[in-house]
Amino acid sequence: MTTASGTYTPRPGAAPLPRMIAAQAALETKMLLRNGEQLLLTVVIPTLLLVLFSSVDVVDTGKGEAVDFLTPGILALAVMSTAFTGQAIATGFERRYGVLKRLAASPLPRWGLMTAKTVSVLVTEVLQVILLAVIAFALGWSPHGNPAAVLLLLVLGTAAFSGLGLLMAGTLKAEATLAAANLVFLLLLVGGGVIVPLEKFGGAGQHVLGLLPISALSNGLRDVLQHGAGMPWGDLGILAVWAVLGLAAAGRFFRWE
Amino acid sequence: MRSEPVVQVRALVKRYGPKTAVDGLDLVAGAGVTAVLGPNGAGKTTTVETCEGYRRPDSGTVRVLGLDPVRDSAALRPRIGVMLQSGGVYSGARADEMLRHVARLHAHPLDVAALIERLGLGSCGRTSYRRLSGGQQQRLALALAVVGRPELVFLDEPTAGLDPQARRATWDLVRDLRADGVSVILTTHHMDEAEQLADDVAIIDGGRVVAQGTPEELCKGGAENTLRFTGRPGLDVGSLLKALPADCTAAELTPGSYRVVGKVDPQLLATVTSWCAQHGVMPDRISVERHTLEDVFLELTGKELRS
Repeated sequence: MTTASGTYTPRPGAAPLPRMIAAQAALETKMLLRNGEQLLLTVVIPTLLLVLFSSVDVVDTGKGEAVDFLTPGILALAVMSTAFTGQAIATGFERRYGVLKRLAASPLPRWGLMTAKTVSVLVTEVLQVILLAVIAFALGWSPHGNPAAVLLLLVLGTAAFSGLGLLMAGTLKAEATLAAANLVFLLLLVGGGVIVPLEKFGGAGQHVLGLLPISALSNGLRDVLQHGAGMPWGDLGILAVWAVLGLAAAGRFFRWE
Repeated sequence: MRSEPVVQVRALVKRYGPKTAVDGLDLVAGAGVTAVLGPNGAGKTTTVETCEGYRRPDSGTVRVLGLDPVRDSAALRPRIGVMLQSGGVYSGARADEMLRHVARLHAHPLDVAALIERLGLGSCGRTSYRRLSGGQQQRLALALAVVGRPELVFLDEPTAGLDPQARRATWDLVRDLRADGVSVILTTHHMDEAEQLADDVAIIDGGRVVAQGTPEELCKGGAENTLRFTGRPGLDVGSLLKALPADCTAAELTPGSYRVVGKVDPQLLATVTSWCAQHGVMPDRISVERHTLEDVFLELTGKELRS
């Protein structure tokens, strides 16, 4: 089969940056939503945990409605599942399969790729928050507090978890990232104040665990949404430190192939 | 076509730990198709990946379209097309989806549907990348390299593992690219690929260019050509030798199978056939063997090309 002459005549040029980033973010989101294991992590597990522990009295969630205690923790878990676990696993395999290498030769700059990944994570989180909020309301959730504080916590949490996820994806083998990201997800689910109150771990344990990004995020969200507290500066501070450390380390140690 | 070089590599050195992959390599490629030919491990991929900006030279300079691939990466990337040896696609993406995506990253991409049809990727349908056959993945990689309408395309082993039909389709595309003014740098360890496609061939061995020129130039130099014929056993080779020019040799290799080595030209062929006529010999299966790139490579490096 032949093609009319002139078909391939060079006419190089990069698409405008916003269009490249939008296209990349759309593709990344599509890949994520198509991936069954990722959906299990980001949608099915948080939803199940929220419904199960709100309706069955398995863990002692302290005074008040269980759903009011659980929803902030589950929102924190949702952020972690997307920004950390999901992003680490997806990026790890993209690195392994040469996708990052291929894109590095395209007109899309590296920072553009990272921006697109962040947009994709944020879009997924918005979908998660909407879904979980609808379910929580159906279970009788009555949130309080300042929406701006909630937003700030979610954004800083996303930054902290993204940094740690990308650090893992850019330094470990894809299989190691897969295993480690799932293990960390499980450990932080149990020990990060998501469904089990940190008080259960005793005085010293509570203080150490309280410094984890997942604890800071779930406690901060709980303070605001359950107790109507103002800006949870302590937890925001912890998240900011994790974000700076994680993103700086990822920027420094990330290997593209 | 432009005459200034599209790729200029000077004294390139690249080491991985204690191993020197590229060892003072010089290469100048002009417009058209340049084949980088060499056995596995010769330094082909490292050289090409340095030109693509993936690797930083340990020493030496690399210029592609006049630009430094690392420093001027942002300016260079839209102008070149890159075909990786393997991978490069989201495992869950469909062929058309990935191709459309990369097209969207360019200002004036090729018509994606036409390219899909041209490379026979239409049959991939809704299959995800990880379930495509090796040949389909290979053709998709080629499509991804050209969809942005680059000035210069790097193809790393573009036909490795392809069946003959897919191989010819790839060759046809390379010829069309060339005809439309796209420059192509391709690595290969198939000498027929280099002979078929290349305006210029650089033979690499041990991290250096050991010879460069058009396929004709490379084949002309060096060893002589060979003429073979079969006849009845026990012909008087001494008498044949006397009829031939002084620098020729002749021998009966196996009974009835004769070989003449020398500068094989029409005159020599006529001399051999008239000697046969004089001696009442019907030279069955007379053949002239052209000196191939494979022979050139063997002489230059002492290695088989496909080792």
